[in-house]
Amino acid sequence: MNTVRIDEAGTAKDRPILEIKDLAITFTTSAGEFKAVKNAHLSIMPGETVAIVGESGSGKSTTALAAIGLLPGNGRVTGGQILLDGEDIAHASEKRMIELRGSHIGMVPQDPMSNLNPVWKIGYQVRETLKANGRPDGPDDVARVLAEAGLPDAHRRARQYPHEFSGGMRQRALIAIGLSCSPKLLIADEPTSALDVTVQRKILDHLDKMTTELGTSVLLITHDLGLAAERADKVVVMYQGNVVEAGPSLELLQNPQHPYTRRLVESAPSLASRRIQSAKEQGVEAEDLLAPAAEGTSRDEVLQVRNLRKIYKLRQGLGKSSDFAAVDDVSFSVRRGTTTAIVGESGSGKSTVAKMVLQLEAPTEGQIIFDGVDTAGLKGRELFTFRRRVQPIFQDPYGSLDPMYNIYRTIEEPLRIHKIGNAASREKKVRELLEQVALPQSTMQRYPNELSGGQRQRVAIARALALDPEVIICDEAVSALDVLVQAQVLNLLTELQGRLGLTYLFITHDLAVVRQIADHVCVMEKGKLVETGTTDDVFEAPQQEYTMALLNAIPGASLMLPPAVA
Amino acid sequence: MIRYIIRRLLQVIPVFLGTTLLVYYMVFALPGDPIAALFGERQPPQSVIDALRSQYNLDQPFWVQYGLFLKNLFTFNLGVDFTQQPIAATLARIFPVTAMLAIEALIIQAVFGVLFGVFAGLRKGKLFDSTVLVASLVVIAVPTFVLGFVFQLIFGVQLGWAKPTVGANADWGNLILPAVVLGLVSFAYVLRLTRTSVIENMNADYVRTATAKGLSRPRVVLAHILRNSMIPVVTYLGANLGGLMGGAIVTEGIFNVPGVGNKLFQAVQRGEGPTVVAIVSVLVLVFVVANLLVDLLYAWLDPRIRYE
Repeated sequence: MNTVRIDEAGTAKDRPILEIKDLAITFTTSAGEFKAVKNAHLSIMPGETVAIVGESGSGKSTTALAAIGLLPGNGRVTGGQILLDGEDIAHASEKRMIELRGSHIGMVPQDPMSNLNPVWKIGYQVRETLKANGRPDGPDDVARVLAEAGLPDAHRRARQYPHEFSGGMRQRALIAIGLSCSPKLLIADEPTSALDVTVQRKILDHLDKMTTELGTSVLLITHDLGLAAERADKVVVMYQGNVVEAGPSLELLQNPQHPYTRRLVESAPSLASRRIQSAKEQGVEAEDLLAPAAEGTSRDEVLQVRNLRKIYKLRQGLGKSSDFAAVDDVSFSVRRGTTTAIVGESGSGKSTVAKMVLQLEAPTEGQIIFDGVDTAGLKGRELFTFRRRVQPIFQDPYGSLDPMYNIYRTIEEPLRIHKIGNAASREKKVRELLEQVALPQSTMQRYPNELSGGQRQRVAIARALALDPEVIICDEAVSALDVLVQAQVLNLLTELQGRLGLTYLFITHDLAVVRQIADHVCVMEKGKLVETGTTDDVFEAPQQEYTMALLNAIPGASLMLPPAVA
Repeated sequence: MIRYIIRRLLQVIPVFLGTTLLVYYMVFALPGDPIAALFGERQPPQSVIDALRSQYNLDQPFWVQYGLFLKNLFTFNLGVDFTQQPIAATLARIFPVTAMLAIEALIIQAVFGVLFGVFAGLRKGKLFDSTVLVASLVVIAVPTFVLGFVFQLIFGVQLGWAKPTVGANADWGNLILPAVVLGLVSFAYVLRLTRTSVIENMNADYVRTATAKGLSRPRVVLAHILRNSMIPVVTYLGANLGGLMGGAIVTEGIFNVPGVGNKLFQAVQRGEGPTVVAIVSVLVLVFVVANLLVDLLYAWLDPRIRYE
């Protein structure tokens, strides 16, 4: 990939726009020195896109932040060089960095929700960028910059505040800001990981187009190997502060050398193409699980949802209100011991369905029948029993565990509430549960903030399992996790399903995850169920245009990989 | 927005009726006979006592007294106090003085509190920050009357920088010393609130993004840290203005300021129901308007907040 590129002027440009050599970065914390980056090296030629791939804590973001001089206060470069167009900026003065930022190095940050200042209009935030870098900054210039990033009606949009924008629009505004002063290098730190897949695809396509037109080099930071391979010329894999492998994208994917890269390729959900087959290990063929409901209790429909509807009243001021159907005439059923996934983008109503099934929200119309009983009539004691049999696992393992409860108390709480056993038997049960989710017994005395995201999600699973439920509702249960951890948690869920005969209702926006875990898929769009079927049918022969769009938007879907890795 | 303001102003009615009723009842329930207290050791003839009782409606049951008070209030006839001074004139005299004092104190705490708070926040953990934090703790810990007497002694008597007492001729200059004392305690809170808010905002993602855009440090601080940090501070300052208007009894006492606090204290001691309730009524209005202003300012500072 070290081919010499020819720029528009026709001169050979063989000098990298960014070259990082032997970079080491150390953070000083109260617990002592921590080497976040030990040995990073990479080079980006003009016009090239290079992706750094790695899990959280691998040092990928830290490396990128160092390149734009934005390391947090307690971090510093302790070795190596960062050469921007030949100039070492590893220890450049703040004054020099202010000159370089915006005009030479642009940045598109990760989370569009938190990276625009909520109190200033979008136009103002674009304008100050233009002004700070000495570009023309009239209203037309601001509108042009926003329009180039794909925001329609830019003049009006510029007068709006960030909270009036959707996530995708905000990210477009941030891309507009990042590229407004035509920098030579753009650092894109997980630019779309907070967005829906279809939006993600549109935004990345647009970013590709813009950087190609401007001839901007891109340093793309991502945890998604599929996305990296699809978008970048070269991929650099970082692991525990070191660059462990680098090379042209496809080559690296097809023939990973380093053990870590191999694991990453294997567990990347966007690349895997088959359901995790733990059922097979139990002697049951997957096909069997999908077979039409046979007689016998193990195959019956444990959960039936009929014509479910949820209407919210939207206030429109002056006492008027309009109806908004968050869920509109949704029917499906879930067979015992299987996994049904509900997929859709934000606002499709999938989480509302989950809330109604959990009896946390009352349906406006329709029925939810659990084990032959209509849940609408459940009250008091019966509802209490229902809650024991249907347990949730939520998306955010940081938010769904009480920080003041240690892990023992967290897992024991449902047992205590439902008055199951005595102190001794409950402790025994907690120990068993920890074992089931592969956490050491010593975890009991720890608190959530001492655990990693994956460990916390295991605790959440253990808590859900505490009451021996029949159905578990997973609302985006793995979306917040790194790919490797995600793969581990999915494996764990599949294994527990095989062992305990659990039924899962899996709410997710991530089709790649659906592919790995679900037997049945329900695709939702704007409150309606647009397609249902077995996972294989839906993935191999999608009937609806919307489903096809969702499938095409999975990053890396088009990449051909040796099937053995799945 | 207009609807919101109207609705908020309409809320004044129940608040006003509730507070006046409560205060009137509490004064009514105070032990001792105010008319007897008026004459001290001497025993006036029964006819004089009866005349006074009837003048102030003290011979009527509570509900009639309160009703007559309300009637007089809405006909803008506040009547006279026990020294035969028209209450309206008293209000016109004391409120401007206290308003001056409160505004001065508010400016002192807002300007210095925010300034010190921002610098301490930006230099978190450095010498300036630690010094300011400890100093503010000392200010919070020392009671107002101690602070008041110490300032009066040092700046008023020994250094002679300001008049030790205000007396009858209260103007902006004379009120500086009591205003500083009054403002100091809240100054410490404003400082700490600003500091915390700045530190929180400094680590916000949008601040990093602003820096990544190539903005200079002063611009990042002014446009992206300061404005966002002001949101909780403004709320506190607004709520505090109401407190300053009504609660400066100690400070006004030490510096002999002829303001609301002094008068209110006097009236309560004498059991002068009409005066107490008249003062409180005005204070209720001040509180309601101050809170409304804070809410409007809040919406201006944070566009995500919209009132309907």
